[in-house]
Amino acid sequence: MGWIGGNLESIRSLQTKQALTQAVNLGLVVTSALILWRGLMCVTGTESPVVVVLSGSMEPGFQRGDILFLHMNQDPIRAGEIVVFNVDGKDIPIVHRVIEVHERQDTGEVDVLTKGDNNEEDDRLLYPYGQLWLQKHHITGRAIGT
Amino acid sequence: MHSFGYRANALVTFAVTILAAMCSLASLSDNFNVPTPTADVKVLNINWFQKQPNGNDEVSLTLNISVDLSSMFTWNTKQVFVFVAAEYETPQNALNQVSLWDGIIPSKEHAKFWIHTTNKYRFIDQGSNLRGKDFNLTLHWHVMPKTGKMFADKIVKSGYHLPEEYR
Repeated sequence: MGWIGGNLESIRSLQTKQALTQAVNLGLVVTSALILWRGLMCVTGTESPVVVVLSGSMEPGFQRGDILFLHMNQDPIRAGEIVVFNVDGKDIPIVHRVIEVHERQDTGEVDVLTKGDNNEEDDRLLYPYGQLWLQKHHITGRAIGT
Repeated sequence: MHSFGYRANALVTFAVTILAAMCSLASLSDNFNVPTPTADVKVLNINWFQKQPNGNDEVSLTLNISVDLSSMFTWNTKQVFVFVAAEYETPQNALNQVSLWDGIIPSKEHAKFWIHTTNKYRFIDQGSNLRGKDFNLTLHWHVMPKTGKMFADKIVKSGYHLPEEYR
């Protein structure tokens, strides 16, 4: 009787140990993925270092489904750059090109106008009513590669 | 160790790693290309130059843009986006860049061309500073690769001048 009890004990503790090991491994995998993602956010300086193109407004350069790598730094925004921005109140990031820049002498603040390459009109239609320009704080990143 | 799951996992990981490596190599190969672009922009005519009701100056120009960007194209190039921007300074703004015209060059065959056009986008100032203004016309190009890093450069043409009076 004693050895049955002893075997049961050892089997149960083996299963528990295996289960625990698997749980810890899973935790490690999830945590390292999170660390990698956060590290990437830190290095690129943006909230979303990789985005997927959602609309056809930049064709034929970017097709729907293309993956874009983003970067953000303190360099001034200049015409021609492809930037990602959020319109106030909407969550969808928009990836378009800057076509006009006006930079203030004193403060260095910029007014920026964007347009999708494949669109006829500039993005004033997308901006909230009454807003004519984007400012730096609207812009979350610059596209650097595909 | 030899179940379907393990094998599928190993295969997919390997495939994705190889794909990423090929994309980086493709991108690196672009660095070996030494481009020799040429461009020229002429202002043929100032069509009109008015102050709008909201107080901003607006000018309409006819431009002749001639460009040879065929040396920018490599096997990894998807398209080249080219645009001409008027760049000038005003008392309020350290830099103004207003895009006047842009185009997409889809392939090497289309990369050498000239075009005679009025400005595609309106040249409107923030304010009323354009009378007698000197400005540069800068031709920018952005090379968009099939995969990898985008890069951009420009040629600055200076010496353009707007009239002293509205017309």
